[in-house]
Amino acid sequence: MKTLNTMRRTAQALLAGTATLALTTAAMADGHKVDLSGETIEFVIPFSESGGSARWANFFAPLLSEALPGNPTVVVRYRPGAGSTAGANWFQEQEVNDGTLIFGTSGSTQFPYLLGDPRVLYEYNDWQVVLASGTGGVAYLPPEMAEMMDGADATGLQGTDFIWGSQGATRLDLVANLAWEMLGMNVEPVFGIAGRGDGRLMFERGEANIDYQTSSAYLRSVQPMVDEGLAVPMMSWGALDGEGNIVRDPTFPDMPTFVEVCETTPVCSTEGPQWEAWRAFFIAGFPAQKMVFLPAGASPELVETFSQAFDDAIARDDFAELAAATLGVYPQMTRDAAQAAFRLGTQVDPEARSYVVTWLQDSYGVTLE
Amino acid sequence: MDLLATALPALGEAFSLIVQPEQIMYLMIGVLLGLSVGVFPGLGGIAGLSLVLPFIFGMDPISGLALMVGLIAVVPTSDTFASVLLGIPGSTASQATVLDGFPLAKKGEAARALSAAFASSLFGGLLGAIVLTFFLLIARPLILAFGTPEMLMITLLGLSMVAILAGRLPLKGVAAAGLGLLIGTIGESDVSGSLRMASYSIPYLTDGIKLVLVGLGIFAVPEIISLLRQDRAISKTGGLGAGWMQGIRDWWANIWLSVRSAVIGVLVGVIPGLGGSVVDWIAYGFTVQSAKDKSQFGKGDIRGVIGPESSNNAKEGGGLVPTLIFGIPGSGSMAVFLGGIALLGYDPGPHMVRNNLDITYTIVWSLALANVFGAGLCILLSGQIARITTIRFTLVAPFLFMLIAFAAFQSSQSLGDLAMLLGIGLLGISLRRFEWSRPAFLIGFVLSSQAESFANQAVQIATIRFRNDFWGGMEYIFSPVTIGILILLVISVVIGLRQGHQILGDSMPPTGAKRAPLIFLLAITAYVAVAVYDSSTINVMRDKIFPVTVGIVTLLACAALILRMKVRPETDVVFADLEAGGDDAEAPHGLWATLAWFAFLLGASALVGFILALTVFLLSFLRLRAGVSWTRAVILTAIGIGFLIFLGGTLGRDFPPGLLQEYVNLPWPLT
Repeated sequence: MKTLNTMRRTAQALLAGTATLALTTAAMADGHKVDLSGETIEFVIPFSESGGSARWANFFAPLLSEALPGNPTVVVRYRPGAGSTAGANWFQEQEVNDGTLIFGTSGSTQFPYLLGDPRVLYEYNDWQVVLASGTGGVAYLPPEMAEMMDGADATGLQGTDFIWGSQGATRLDLVANLAWEMLGMNVEPVFGIAGRGDGRLMFERGEANIDYQTSSAYLRSVQPMVDEGLAVPMMSWGALDGEGNIVRDPTFPDMPTFVEVCETTPVCSTEGPQWEAWRAFFIAGFPAQKMVFLPAGASPELVETFSQAFDDAIARDDFAELAAATLGVYPQMTRDAAQAAFRLGTQVDPEARSYVVTWLQDSYGVTLE
Repeated sequence: MDLLATALPALGEAFSLIVQPEQIMYLMIGVLLGLSVGVFPGLGGIAGLSLVLPFIFGMDPISGLALMVGLIAVVPTSDTFASVLLGIPGSTASQATVLDGFPLAKKGEAARALSAAFASSLFGGLLGAIVLTFFLLIARPLILAFGTPEMLMITLLGLSMVAILAGRLPLKGVAAAGLGLLIGTIGESDVSGSLRMASYSIPYLTDGIKLVLVGLGIFAVPEIISLLRQDRAISKTGGLGAGWMQGIRDWWANIWLSVRSAVIGVLVGVIPGLGGSVVDWIAYGFTVQSAKDKSQFGKGDIRGVIGPESSNNAKEGGGLVPTLIFGIPGSGSMAVFLGGIALLGYDPGPHMVRNNLDITYTIVWSLALANVFGAGLCILLSGQIARITTIRFTLVAPFLFMLIAFAAFQSSQSLGDLAMLLGIGLLGISLRRFEWSRPAFLIGFVLSSQAESFANQAVQIATIRFRNDFWGGMEYIFSPVTIGILILLVISVVIGLRQGHQILGDSMPPTGAKRAPLIFLLAITAYVAVAVYDSSTINVMRDKIFPVTVGIVTLLACAALILRMKVRPETDVVFADLEAGGDDAEAPHGLWATLAWFAFLLGASALVGFILALTVFLLSFLRLRAGVSWTRAVILTAIGIGFLIFLGGTLGRDFPPGLLQEYVNLPWPLT
């Protein structure tokens, strides 16, 4: 099996090399200007039509179309499967280097990669990042539970049995599970829900008594509940500043971050392997949650073209207004900032990794081999 | 009334917003697109919406909504064409329509079945729109009353339909449903990701088997093969018989059935998380249960068309309720729709219903108008389109193979889809041949992951509640809603067991030698045994309990069947074998030779890619099997290929590549 794979890969690489050469020559024939007029660019995401990534990709697709030279058509294609690893494995094999293929990933693609999931055959470092979008998250409680907190001190919550709907132990939800555990809370995840929206519905039905949502979903669906007195925000996960410190989330400046709650709660510590693990996975999952890539073989000119197009899209006068509803107010990063976000999102300290792997095994019986 | 005082003025405003030339034009575009997409098996609302989504951004909100709603609303209308005329489930929402709609077409009553179906669709759609109008304002508490135990009960209610659809031998029905449930667990579990009957070295299996493939394999493949073996038209009489007016009269004569089914459709649609693919089965089951004379069901009873068709359009209206109130999609197409609304600058949720009620109500009007346009258009066309049942089937079949292979490939865009289609098709052929209930199998499959997730979640939450307080736990499990559904469930099983065998009348199926039915039963038993063993090696309890339990029940049913085969003579119903007598036995062409054509298409696709393989397949099939002249064969092939490329091009879909494409770069569509 292994030799066969290697052989196939070598053959493919050879072929691809020739093909790339031919294609790049064609694309570059008229000097260094990339012109994509008449082309159809496939913006592939490894998710189904229904998730947040689809929302994000469909938001950027028309903007990208307007900003690229020649105004090509940009269509979003969906390749869901195996928690996004199937689509990412597919992209790893693609050799379309004429700019007609871009790929969008999310935290759900990063986590299996970081955890060494056996299904991961893709290598982030092969790809070329052109956009990184951040987001945040907010944990919230029913009002009667929120009253048990003493300011930012969560000690009062330690005696209660909490339930929440979770998509899976190895998904983005692990940031929440680990945070609550660090606060000494007894939170039992009910696994197997289809999306975070279903978790929120469980909370609304009273079956769950704690939950978290990413920022855009919080603004849209939880804020109305907060206004009606049905829910109270507990903390935000925070945001990252230029020096890599976790600071208050700019979208929720009045909410304490998990760091603040942890510092105030005696059992929780912002030092040691557990903290480092949380920090590493928070950074991988939120401030660099969604990224757009060109394949390994794309020319520097193409990378420049797409970086410029994203720059232009973000610089639109109406961008802030458009983005607020769909993406929330978070940095949309290109070029060096995107590179920095990319490094944060795709690298974790080996110790943090092994801590999380052991913790997943001990707490949820999840093995990753 | 307060409700009316809020609703009526907003409805009026919404009406004046929608009845503008531009908006009506977009609505019509949506309707036409929806009808076109719905006609093709395997393509539905999601494919259609993905097509228009790139254009939604920056549109006037009312027009954008009209376009999308028009499209969604009529997909369950036009999907009936494939179900009735060709025996292929046009979408997951009209699987049950096949059971009686297709036999009607075979009897030469296609036009009647179609117009009855469209009249029912129209009625269901309008009822859905009316319910949506008022539910939007009051449904919140109702939806919140459906917690996990309640959803589990509804899922079980769906499963209880197996009792009435089990066929002559309830035991076989149980085994078929159990097998469906087990096959539904293949792949990574939804709960903790343990692998069941799959391995990471075959990535295709880890994602589980897609519903589209199972629907096509279980219903379409066996029917197409069986028809193809008899070299004649679908309609046995060769004519069309009763016209479309008759169908409308049939619907009117069964108006109460239509009302009941539509109400079921709305209710199932309203509850998020259940998904649309059960609606038609529940409606069909209730239709059969409540009918006095059951002898014609499965052989072409018009009521078997009216029930599911009334429910599946009503479901869309119901499905919009949670979508708009909570911003939670009730189905895949609703999820895309939500994304579309966001592109128009609105955020579905309580805010939108409260502050933009007029905009929200344009959705209701779009839904109602689209149903009228869509069903009207379909009724007008039904007489013409129904003529396909009078064409010699050998000329239709290759194009059907083309369509189902293309549809199957859309589920995960891998060659595995085609191989899986063939595999499940074989299973479907055997289930049909040995009279194992295919509906029972499909219901099991459809409900498998829901049953597992809800059961696990309900048990987990209940355990925590019980730990805190015994009565709190009891209250959680035995809410008035669960008790209500429980009563329904018991009634449904009792009626089903008592009367299920009446469905196929008292006629005896043909039986032959013991060997073939026994071999099939042993093969099923072996699979189930292996599946049980495989699941028992999983170390996460919540991933193991469901397949092991279901597997053991299925094994018991299989064991009882084996025992029966041992003691009963060859003429017993347990040995039913359609190859031993009747249409199949007398067919001029053999089963394997016919299936080999299909296998040839798939095998050749694996080698040289779909389009090239299809060209060879169509040419050789038309010339060799159908015996048309080379000229005609070339023309027909060109039309078929051209059409498929057009379809793939517009929808932005690729075609299966083969080994050849690994080594040579070919331009689209040969890629």
